[in-house]
Amino acid sequence: MDAPLTVSSSPHIHDEESIRSIMTDVCIALLFPLALGTYYFEMKALYLTLVSVLSCVVFEFLYRKALKKTNTIRDMSAVVTGMLLAFTLPVSTPYWVVVVGAFFAIVVVKQLYGGLGKNFMNPALAARAFLVVSFPAYTGIFTEPTFHEDGFSFFSTPDAISAATPLASLKQGVLPENYDLQNLLFGEIPGCIGEVSALILIIGGLWLLARRVITPRVPVSYLGTVALLTFVFSPAGVDSLQFMLYSILSGGLMLGAIFMATDYTTCPVTKRGQILYGIGCGLLTVFIRYFGKMPESVCFSILIMNTLVWMLDKAGRARRFGVRPFAFLFKKGG
Amino acid sequence: MFSFFHGGVHPDDSKANTRHKQVEYLPPPEFLILPLSMHIGAPCEPCVTLGDDVLLGQVIANSGAPVAAPIHSPVSGRVTAIEPRSHPNGSRVMSIVIQNDGLDKLHPEIAPYGSVESLTPEELLGVVRDAGIVGLGGAAFPAHVKVRSGLGKVTRVIINGCECEPYITSDHRLLLESPEEVLGGLKILMKIFGINKGTIAIEANKRDAIENIRRTLPRRGEGIEVRSLAVRYPQGAEKQLIQAVADREVPPGALPAAVGVAVFNVDTAAAIHRAVTTGMPLLRRIVTVSGSAVSNAKNLSVRIGTPMETVFAATGGFRETPGKVLAGGPMMGIAQFDLTAPVVKSTNALLAFSQREVNASREQTCIRCGKCVQVCPMKLEPTYLYMYERKNRTDMLEKYHLSDCIECGSCAYICPGRLHLVHSVRTGKQKLNAARAAAKEGK
Ligand code: SF4
Ligand code: SF4
Repeated sequence: MDAPLTVSSSPHIHDEESIRSIMTDVCIALLFPLALGTYYFEMKALYLTLVSVLSCVVFEFLYRKALKKTNTIRDMSAVVTGMLLAFTLPVSTPYWVVVVGAFFAIVVVKQLYGGLGKNFMNPALAARAFLVVSFPAYTGIFTEPTFHEDGFSFFSTPDAISAATPLASLKQGVLPENYDLQNLLFGEIPGCIGEVSALILIIGGLWLLARRVITPRVPVSYLGTVALLTFVFSPAGVDSLQFMLYSILSGGLMLGAIFMATDYTTCPVTKRGQILYGIGCGLLTVFIRYFGKMPESVCFSILIMNTLVWMLDKAGRARRFGVRPFAFLFKKGG
Repeated sequence: MFSFFHGGVHPDDSKANTRHKQVEYLPPPEFLILPLSMHIGAPCEPCVTLGDDVLLGQVIANSGAPVAAPIHSPVSGRVTAIEPRSHPNGSRVMSIVIQNDGLDKLHPEIAPYGSVESLTPEELLGVVRDAGIVGLGGAAFPAHVKVRSGLGKVTRVIINGCECEPYITSDHRLLLESPEEVLGGLKILMKIFGINKGTIAIEANKRDAIENIRRTLPRRGEGIEVRSLAVRYPQGAEKQLIQAVADREVPPGALPAAVGVAVFNVDTAAAIHRAVTTGMPLLRRIVTVSGSAVSNAKNLSVRIGTPMETVFAATGGFRETPGKVLAGGPMMGIAQFDLTAPVVKSTNALLAFSQREVNASREQTCIRCGKCVQVCPMKLEPTYLYMYERKNRTDMLEKYHLSDCIECGSCAYICPGRLHLVHSVRTGKQKLNAARAAAKEGK
């Protein structure tokens, strides 16, 4: 035998899927909302996303280079973070703010804890929370989408007007006056780049489900909890069904439930843990919407639940194979 | 009725190369190597010495230990060496080397035992023991021990024809070519256990085999059914098969007899049938030879003790220099480095892969995707086992039921971070054993 035979542990074959292919699938799913966001908020939305992605990738590259660690930009996870970060910001956000956010996401939240898989908070969401607290002047202004009655122009910039979002009305306990459910579905509302249209986010989510990147456990338990609670606890004088529908279609909940809460690293790995996590996110979201001051219910709920993931994984461990349910009740002494 | 086991994966079955290849007879080579340990349990002691002449079927090594199986000479010839040789499990094992005289002179004691009806269950069990039959699906657990430990507890025998490992078609061919042997073996086992419930379980991708064996069934069934099971790895793992067929979970650390079931591989059943009806002990087995580096993929009937290189040469040698050679399937098989090692009782396949296909997959990182947890048929959390193994936390390994792992490889197969999860489990088991031993000494 001229070349030595490779000796390695079984299994000797592997599924095609890799970190890179998974992250690429997420990017593809995010292209749908990006396209719509660009249509509504003009080219600025696209540029902002590109700046965010580019800064994330560059920060990841530089950090790992400086610390002489393996280069990980090929795994595409920084691209995902960049896209998600941009999606949570209004189109009027200055570029430099986005760069600061990218730095926070990649360096502070992700890499300082050891990189992909080690961070305990979703980098994009943590960065958004950081920007909201640090630069409220830039992150609180929402822009009305444009409808291009005169055709799409590559050069026009949308006017940043401080429009009231549907969520703001819901927090007052009334249904939004200017927007109907159809507007929410198609994203004809003021809001952040990637979160206006519930429908396009669901399409992205279906892509992820079809590609088996995510399972329905987290999004369904999250959305289901919010739906149930808002239906049962709708404000007096408001139609509960309407209130529930407005609630689940507005304020970044779809983006959060489908793309943020399902982030692998910061959600539980056990099945039951994932369901508990989704329910927890839902409870907190409704709680913060009802009693909190800031319009940051989804963001903060997910970040809070992120910190409980270890506990949820423990609580969610499956019954041991071959052991009856509640076996501990039957255990003989000793 | 459909029952399922938890988790599982769907690797490409890669069986097309050999699925339709009739089993060919491979003449025995000049030298055969018979390791004294081809089964789980105590190794045998040789009962021949250097220079002895041996006959086909003669017992050449045996053991008085309860868990062991005798070894027979697969040819007639002379003992030319008793020395350590390479074993497919990667170690060097004391082995008897026999020079074949090419005459296949039969040992005088080998004769049919008589009809199954005329033999008592105890006599039949004696035949199983004397024929040196072990689990031929890969486990190599002595069949007579499995039967004896289940007497009085087992109410149902399952014959395992799932063959869920990719590439391997030896069981498939057996079911197509000798279904009556499989069925005969099942009936013998049912008689020994004194029961009237038997199941032959086959994965649905072997339609022809299922139909074939159904045609062989006795008109009124006689308590025997053929079940077609979902195609999913590891359908053929003992605990998973029992879960799918009998809807029972074997408790941790217990044998299948605890839930009233005994599982035997189809080839084991056929070997039992041959032993009773012809008196022939276990001397040969079907081996699938396949993989990208092999010129002609084949199913071969090989004498036990034939060196792997001889088997590969019989298929026309290698198409290109192999980068990896496996004894067994790609999910659980063992990588070989010395092709002078022989085919042993449990070798169901020899696979050779080209250098190109050897994916030297570098471990990346755990992204906590949870896929390993979803696919684990034993409902473990491989990502946590990996982490605690790395941290030497044997207490946590214990808590996370490391010892339940059947090393099926599903988790490592699916892991997008390419972590060597099964390797880590094996290391973890060693660490856990060491910790347990240390704890015992401390007391
Ligand atoms: S499959 Fe691999 S990457 Fe995913 S959780 Fe398990 S160990 Fe981690
Ligand atoms: S942990 Fe063990 S039993 Fe579970 S999938 Fe991995 S190898 Fe199979």
